[in-house]
Amino acid sequence: MYRYDEFDHDYVRARVAEFRDQTQRRMDGALTEDEYKPLRLQNGLYLQLHAYMLRVAVPYGTLSSRQMRTLAMIAERWDEGYGHFTTRQNIQYNWTKLTDVGDILDALADVEMHAIQTSGNCIRNVTADHFAGAAADEIEDPRPTAELIRQWSTAHPEFAFLPRKFKVAVTGSPNDRAVTKAHDIGLRMLRDADGNPGYEVIVGGGLGRTPMIGKVIRDFLPKADLLPYLEAILRVYNLHGRRDNKYKARIKILVHETGIEDMRASVEAEFERQMREEGGPVVLADPKQVERIEAYFAPPAFADLPAKSDALDAAMASDPALAAWVATNTSEHRANGYSIVTVAIKGTGEAPGDATTAQMRALADLGERYSHDELRISHEQNVILPHVKRDDLPAVYAALQKAELASANAGLITDIIACPGLDYCALATARSIPVAQDLSERFAEPARAKAIGNFTIKISGCINACGHHHVGHVGILGLEKSGIENYQITLGGDHTETMAVGERAGPGMSAAEVGPAIERLVDAYLERRSNDDERFIDTYRRLGAEPFKDALYAA
Amino acid sequence: MAKAFKTSIVSANDLFVGDVVYMNSGGGWTRKLAEAAIAHTPDEGETLMGRAAPQQAKVVGPYLAEVALDDDGRPFPTHFREKFRTRGPSTRTDLGKQAINPERREPLAASGGI
Amino acid sequence: MPIVTDTGFVPDDSPALVALEDIAVGGEGIALDMPLDADPEVVAPHFNRIGLIVIPFPSFADGRGFSLAQRLRALGYRGTLRANGHVITDQYPFARFCGFDEVQIDDALATRQPEDLWLAAKDRPVPPFLKRKAQAWVA
Ligand code: HEM
Ligand code: SF4
Repeated sequence: MYRYDEFDHDYVRARVAEFRDQTQRRMDGALTEDEYKPLRLQNGLYLQLHAYMLRVAVPYGTLSSRQMRTLAMIAERWDEGYGHFTTRQNIQYNWTKLTDVGDILDALADVEMHAIQTSGNCIRNVTADHFAGAAADEIEDPRPTAELIRQWSTAHPEFAFLPRKFKVAVTGSPNDRAVTKAHDIGLRMLRDADGNPGYEVIVGGGLGRTPMIGKVIRDFLPKADLLPYLEAILRVYNLHGRRDNKYKARIKILVHETGIEDMRASVEAEFERQMREEGGPVVLADPKQVERIEAYFAPPAFADLPAKSDALDAAMASDPALAAWVATNTSEHRANGYSIVTVAIKGTGEAPGDATTAQMRALADLGERYSHDELRISHEQNVILPHVKRDDLPAVYAALQKAELASANAGLITDIIACPGLDYCALATARSIPVAQDLSERFAEPARAKAIGNFTIKISGCINACGHHHVGHVGILGLEKSGIENYQITLGGDHTETMAVGERAGPGMSAAEVGPAIERLVDAYLERRSNDDERFIDTYRRLGAEPFKDALYAA
Repeated sequence: MAKAFKTSIVSANDLFVGDVVYMNSGGGWTRKLAEAAIAHTPDEGETLMGRAAPQQAKVVGPYLAEVALDDDGRPFPTHFREKFRTRGPSTRTDLGKQAINPERREPLAASGGI
Repeated sequence: MPIVTDTGFVPDDSPALVALEDIAVGGEGIALDMPLDADPEVVAPHFNRIGLIVIPFPSFADGRGFSLAQRLRALGYRGTLRANGHVITDQYPFARFCGFDEVQIDDALATRQPEDLWLAAKDRPVPPFLKRKAQAWVA
C-alpha cells in the first residue's frame, strides 16, 4: 500500500490547519457563506438536511486495517456510531459538527487519510477497480496510476475552480469493475501491439440528469504521457466548459456539443503544445516518483498453495450456508489457493452501505488476520477482503456471521445500491433507503435470490443519480409528484464494459407500489428466461422491454 | 406569475452544529418548531428574511418554509421534505430531532404523517 | 481598488487598458484588457509591446482565468499578469502558481479581506506535486 512521503504528510497537515483557519474566517465574517462553501466542499464537508456531512476519501478504494479502525473511531467519537460507504469509494459521516471537523481531519491525517477534494468543482477522489492487484483477469494494477493522479490533482492550482466536478476512474482489467464509461475521464490500461503499457482514454461519460456513455478520445496513450494528456483535457474543459448553466457544465455536455472529433483535435493540440514546451511538459511525472509509487503496490508475498483447498471443500460439504456464501461472495484470485472475498454491507432490511463501528472493527480484524492487512471499498457499497487463503474462508465466514456481515448476496438482487436520499440529502426529491430496505426484505429468502441470479437494482433519491440508477438492470429514481414521493423505473441498464443506460418503463408509481411491481417483474423474468444461467439483463436484451413493462404495470 | 404566499416560517441550519433551526419572534433562533415566528403575509415573510440575512455568523441558508397551523395555532410543515427536517431520517428514528424531541411527532401526526 | 502583491497592497497606477480589438494600434508598454474567451495565440505576436495583461474574474468560482494565465505564460509572455475582480485570499497562491503577479480587488472586498489576510495567504500549503517536482529538478 502507498505510504505518504514528507510532502504528503506536510501537505495534509497544512490543509487541516488551513481548514481551521478558513472556518475561523467564516465565523469572523471575512468569508461569506458563498465563498466558504466551495472551500469546505473541497475539504469534503457538506451541509445536509439535519447536519453537516463529512465525506472522507478512500483513495482508489484501498485501506489498511489501521485506517479502518480510525474510521470506526471517528464514527464512535464524533458521529453516531456508523458510516455510509458510497458508490465513489468514500465513507460519509452524517452527523458531524463544524466545530469537530478540524479534529476529525487531524485524526485522519494520523493514518494518512484525508477528505480533500471529495466534493466541489475540482478533480475528485480517483476511483479504481476494487479488485485491483488481486483479480485473475488483470493486465496491470491500476492503483499506481490512480495514486499518481491523486498526487497530480491534489490542489492543482489551475483546476480547483472548474465549471463542475470532475471524476476519474481507472481499471486494469478488461472486465470493467470501475464503471469507467460513466466518468468524466475513464482510463483502461492495456498494451499496444509491441507490448508497451498504456491507456485507452474515455471522456465525457456521466450520469446525473443527462446520462452519457463516455467516448474514446485516445485509443492508446503511452503510459508516460498520462499527466500531460490529462492536463490537456482539463485545460480545454476549464476554458470551454459551460458556466452559464450548472446542469450543462459537466464535460459530457462539452463533448456532446462540440462533438468528439473536435474535442479530440483541441485536446491533442493542447497536448502537443505541452510536449513542445522548453524542457518538456511541466507535469511530466518524475520517473523516480513513479517507481516509488509502483514499489508500494507490489503484490504481497503470497504463499505457494495448491489451487484446491481440501479444508474448504470439507467445510462446505457439511455447511451449505458456507457453500452458498463462497459461491456468491468470493471471486477468482490471481494466486493459486487464494480468493477475493466480497463482504456485502447489505443485510436484510439494512441501509445499503451503512456499517456500524463494531462492523468496521470486525472488518479491520479480518483484514489484518486474513487479507495481508488490506481492505477495499467497492462502488457497489461493499467491503472487499482482497487476498484471503481459501483454507481460511470458513473462519472468515464464521467471523462475518458474528458481525452480521455474512449476507450471501454479492451480485444478487438484494445487493442493492442506494444513495442517502431524502432521509439525509438536501437535494433529494424522495427517499431511497426505505425502498431498498423493502426490496431487500421481499427477496430475503436465500434460495429465491440465488435462483434469480445476477440482478442489479440501483436507487437514487433525485435526478442527480448518485445511486447509479441509470446503469442498474432495474433503476429506481425517486421524484416528487404533487407533494408525494413518486418512483420512476428504468430497465436494461448495465454498469460493466457493456455499459447501457436504462430505458424508462412508464409512469412513476408510489413507494408502496414499487415492491410488488418489482416482484412481478422478477416473476416475468423467471418465466421467460431460456435457462437458469440466462441473467435478467440477457433475457431483457433478447426479448425487449415489452414483457417486462407489462409485468411492472400489471396491477 | 408569482406563487401565492402561504403561511411560512424561516428555517435554516445552525452554522456550528448544522442542525435545523427556526427563527423565533425575537429574531433569534430556536430548535423547536412550536416556537417559530409565523409569517402570514408576504410582508411578514420579507421582514423575517430581512432579520435572517445579517445573521450569517449564526446560521446557513435561511429560507421561507411553508407551514399550516394546527388547532392550537402551532405550525407544522406541509411538504414532506420539511417534515423530514423537523424529524430526522425516517430510517433511523433514534437520531435527529425526533430522538431528542418526540413532542415534534404530534403535529406531524395531525397532518396525516408521512 | 487596491492591487495585491506579495508585499501587500499597492495603489493602482497602471495605464489605461487597451481592448483586444485595438491591440494592433497602441504603442509600446500597453496594458491589455484580456477577455476570458480570447485565444492567447492571437495576443502572442504582440507580447513584446505589452507591459500588463489584465484577466477578469467575474466570480471567484470561475476558474477560467487560471488556465488562461497558464497558457499566456506557456506561450512566452513575460510581462506583468494581473487578475482583476472577485478573487479571494485562499486563491492567491493558486493565482501565483498559474503565473499571475498580482490581483486587483474592489474596496468592499479589501475591507472584508484586509491586507494581513492576503499576506498570510502567501504561506498557504504548496501543492505536493509541485514541491516534489521542485525537488526532482534540484536533484
Ligand atoms: C448526500 C449528499 C450528496 C450530494 C449533495 C450529492 C450531489 C450530487 C450531484 C449534484 C450530482 C449530479 C452532478 C451532475 O450531474 O453534474 C451527483 C452525482 C453523483 N454522485 Fe452525489 N451527492 C451526494 C451523495 C452521494 C453519495 C452518497 C454517493 C455515493 C453513494 C454519490 C455519488 C455520486 C455519483 C456516482 C454521481 C453520478 C455520477 C456523475 O455523473 O458524476 N453522491 N451528486
Ligand atoms: S441522487 Fe439526489 S438524493 Fe441521492 S444522494 Fe444524490 S443528490 Fe442526494
